[in-house]
Amino acid sequence: MNIFTKLFYLFRRCWKALRLFLILSGPGLVVMIADNDAGGITTYAATGAKYGYNFIWFLIVLVPVAYFVQEMTVRLGAVTKRGHAEAIFENFGAFWGWFSLVDLVFCDWLTLITEFIGMTAALGIFGVPPWLTILGVIAIMGIIVLNGRYWTWEKITMVFCLLNLIYIPAAFWVHPDTHAVFRGILPNLPGGKFDNQLFFFLMANIGTTIAPWMIFFQQSAVVDKGMTEKDIPFGKFDTLLGAILTVVVATFILIVVGTVLPGVEIDDAAQASKMLMGSHGYAGTFMAIGLFDAGLLGAICISLASSWSLGEIFGWAHSLNNKIKEAPWFYAAYFLALITAGGVVLIPGAPLVLITLFVQVIAVTLLPAALVFLILLLNDKETMGEFKNSRLENIVNIGIVSVIVVLSSLYGASALFPDMFK
Amino acid sequence: MFTTFIKKYLPKIHEINQRYSKPRLVMSGPVKFCLLLLRCYLLLLVGLLLYKFITVLTA
Repeated sequence: MNIFTKLFYLFRRCWKALRLFLILSGPGLVVMIADNDAGGITTYAATGAKYGYNFIWFLIVLVPVAYFVQEMTVRLGAVTKRGHAEAIFENFGAFWGWFSLVDLVFCDWLTLITEFIGMTAALGIFGVPPWLTILGVIAIMGIIVLNGRYWTWEKITMVFCLLNLIYIPAAFWVHPDTHAVFRGILPNLPGGKFDNQLFFFLMANIGTTIAPWMIFFQQSAVVDKGMTEKDIPFGKFDTLLGAILTVVVATFILIVVGTVLPGVEIDDAAQASKMLMGSHGYAGTFMAIGLFDAGLLGAICISLASSWSLGEIFGWAHSLNNKIKEAPWFYAAYFLALITAGGVVLIPGAPLVLITLFVQVIAVTLLPAALVFLILLLNDKETMGEFKNSRLENIVNIGIVSVIVVLSSLYGASALFPDMFK
Repeated sequence: MFTTFIKKYLPKIHEINQRYSKPRLVMSGPVKFCLLLLRCYLLLLVGLLLYKFITVLTA
């Protein structure tokens, strides 16, 4: 075989693998990019304003953190063909099952409210009234699920994921100091000293990296997509790519805000967008569009995480491949969560700030349980067979989960006692 | 409407409780220890929430 023939076969093999990846990719990319939801964007904006580029290296550290946790859901979903809620009920009994399900549905609903707050604030910058934003979002989310095909839903959602990359051109627009950006990639102590505030920002960034709904969502999505054991390598790569992209997006948000608004106290991402618009019109506009998109992606995934879990336990048909007539309860749960969460945002004088803080507290009641169950299930030889955690995976995963549990719990406690880290 | 829903779903909830009454996972020492830690953690969180609630009410 000559060199051209070898190259041709290599090209064909790579092209085939790429096409297969494009078919199988989805749950990992979607869940990871949706992780940068409205709350996440606010956290990154506030971090960028406070510590500039010096926090970039810490975000890079979060790639393996997010990857190792989420890839476990791929293996568990592909091997057991069950969602996380069903796996908890079956393996740990009704008590832990109900605890997880009720907590998940409540936590998701509260988080959904925060996504609507972010979306209405983002479009409010362009003069769109909140009621119109909420109606529009519910309509868009209805259209993308009602076609009755998982594949179509996933590919439309991936278009929204692409829009999340809007922060990259925004960063080029503000002309950051590239040397300073590269210095930020190297490990350093942001702010020059380790104090309570730095600890708070570390906790906040870890807290936004893994949320309970992500575990439930990805495992259910893997099952709904019909992934099997042989698809696990693609699922893992999909998750890794998603973890890298989510950190890339977060880094570019840090760069935009760190360049234009250093030292400014940021309360929410919409406020940062408005401030950016004052000096860098396009960057601010991109930031606002990105915030809306982040809220929308978060809302899509969060509402599905609840509906899938409820469907698994109550025995309803619960696939996006079902039409509305075939799975009425599944779609009813999906729309009920959306309509009620959107409605809360429209109530005059609703305690939206309190809800935003309460989400953090509720999330830390569920996250440790969901993560511990995940590790225990991944160590069950009878269920997982050759896909159970290896010793090395256990060391890495238990280490990561311990750090997440401690830091996210402290973050939740700081929401209850705001003076704790001041 | 809510009570009708609950009444309709009570037998279903009972059925789910029956179906999952026995955990499938073998309750070995490490599993029991993890579940005990989780219970303690949740009790601590509930305690913190109650403390916060009472301090807000009495403030």
